[in-house]
Amino acid sequence: MMRILAWAAFLLGSLIFVAPLLGMTEFSLSMRRGVYSLDAYRSVLADPQFQETFLYSVVMALFTIVFGVMLVVPTAYWVRLRMPGLRPVVEFLTLLPLVIPAIVLVFGYIRLYNTSSFLPLTGSATGTNILLMFGYATLSLPYMYRAVDTGLRTIDVGTLTEAAQSLGAGWVTILARVILPNILVAVLSGAFLTFAIVMGEFTMAALLNRPAFGPYLQIVGANKAYEPAALAVIAFGITWACMGLIQLVTRLSPHMRASR
Amino acid sequence: MAARRHFSSLPTPRWLGLVPFFLFAFLFLILPALTIVIGAFRTPDGSVTLENILGLNTRTIRNAYWVSIRVSLWSALIGCAIGFAMAAAAVLGGLPRQIRSPLLTFSGVASNFAGVPLAFAFIATIGPAGLITLWLRTEFGINLRAYGFNLFSTTGLILTYLFFQVPLMILIITPAIEGLRREWREAAATLGATGWQYWRMIALPILLPSFLGTFALLFANSFGAVATAFALAGPQLNIAPILLFSQIRGDVLGNPGLGYALAFGMIVITGLANAIYLWLRARSERWLK
Repeated sequence: MMRILAWAAFLLGSLIFVAPLLGMTEFSLSMRRGVYSLDAYRSVLADPQFQETFLYSVVMALFTIVFGVMLVVPTAYWVRLRMPGLRPVVEFLTLLPLVIPAIVLVFGYIRLYNTSSFLPLTGSATGTNILLMFGYATLSLPYMYRAVDTGLRTIDVGTLTEAAQSLGAGWVTILARVILPNILVAVLSGAFLTFAIVMGEFTMAALLNRPAFGPYLQIVGANKAYEPAALAVIAFGITWACMGLIQLVTRLSPHMRASR
Repeated sequence: MAARRHFSSLPTPRWLGLVPFFLFAFLFLILPALTIVIGAFRTPDGSVTLENILGLNTRTIRNAYWVSIRVSLWSALIGCAIGFAMAAAAVLGGLPRQIRSPLLTFSGVASNFAGVPLAFAFIATIGPAGLITLWLRTEFGINLRAYGFNLFSTTGLILTYLFFQVPLMILIITPAIEGLRREWREAAATLGATGWQYWRMIALPILLPSFLGTFALLFANSFGAVATAFALAGPQLNIAPILLFSQIRGDVLGNPGLGYALAFGMIVITGLANAIYLWLRARSERWLK
């Protein structure tokens, strides 16, 4: 009796996941009347706008990841090694992007870094790109920090540092060649999550007027019928691939488990 | 500690290592938020005023907040209920253990699948020409529209948000349910408690802080979301984040000060929800470690 109820609850609940996934897949295949075809995908992939915006977002994601790693790894390392007293402050700051909605943050950016401000980032395309990258790094900060910090917990930071120092290593060498390789799995988890976030982000890119994948999706959605479904399948595939890669690197790593 | 002597022989001051992070946090988190807060209490010429905050009290803005709050409350409530039912079924309901790990993995994916593509998925499923809509019409002669269902309304928005609310609930509540110890149930049974009494007097009170905390988190989660709603219903849907979006793009309220106040109101609401979440999470950790 209990088991039947449990199955019923589980299967009914699964409907909310399964139905939209089925719906978008079916819809994306039915561009040609009467038969299933890949026409919608062909149309999407052939669109130069798709290629441009997709590439733009991939490049932005890679820059965000590099910047995020360079910002978060030394910080989390330093907090663990030398300034554990500041841990609550740093952790609180890394959680703030979950508290302040992205749209409010970008509103602040636009007012702060406009052409007449002390740091006129929105004045040029490159400047706006850099601002957007900082925005993406902010959005992914909670996930990146938590992933890296979990990774650092599994290694003996103090001993590794001392060992490296007694062999004459400087801080950069310690971070790049001792700490980073040891927490690579955690860093990769954070990186894949960042990638998924950046590829799907809409609000910041739209309000900063950058040609990213998110705003492109919205424009296609407002103007076409079958292509949006194909794009949704592609976007879901990207999210799924990122999460799958996190699982994979976690499982393949020799001494780390559960690093999310 | 021999290490300490070694470290202090280095010339760099300790705090120097955290300068980049604090600089980044100050420039791209604190300062933007402060700009909004200060802007909400200032006139264009720079003097302090409450005019902007009081100016929020118009029918459009009140409505926008109210609809946002209603959508967030309902999607959080239903998301919590379904998520809890599924997690409880998977952990306690005697389903095969192998189901749990895929469920959590899938929840991780689904809770990150939001924004514009999510809206597309729902349009393709129960939009005017969606899979389920057509299926119901051709097979059963049910016209969803005639029953008053419209995906591009607040009801549709609540339904769509469930796609990421439910898995988020599953991700957070599953460890809590797994943390309920078998001994507690046995102890209760030894003292003659029925299953219902065990749930009412032991399990639920222990789970309640996690439950309410997650509810607050889900509320904040949907309150700040723009992309899904924007792709689903377009800029004319009157909810707080979309109104702010239009205001940033083109000053639709006709008063920049009101834009700051609108954003400030959103920070207050999500801030409160998150404070409740953090406080309740600390409480729930007393029992569930």
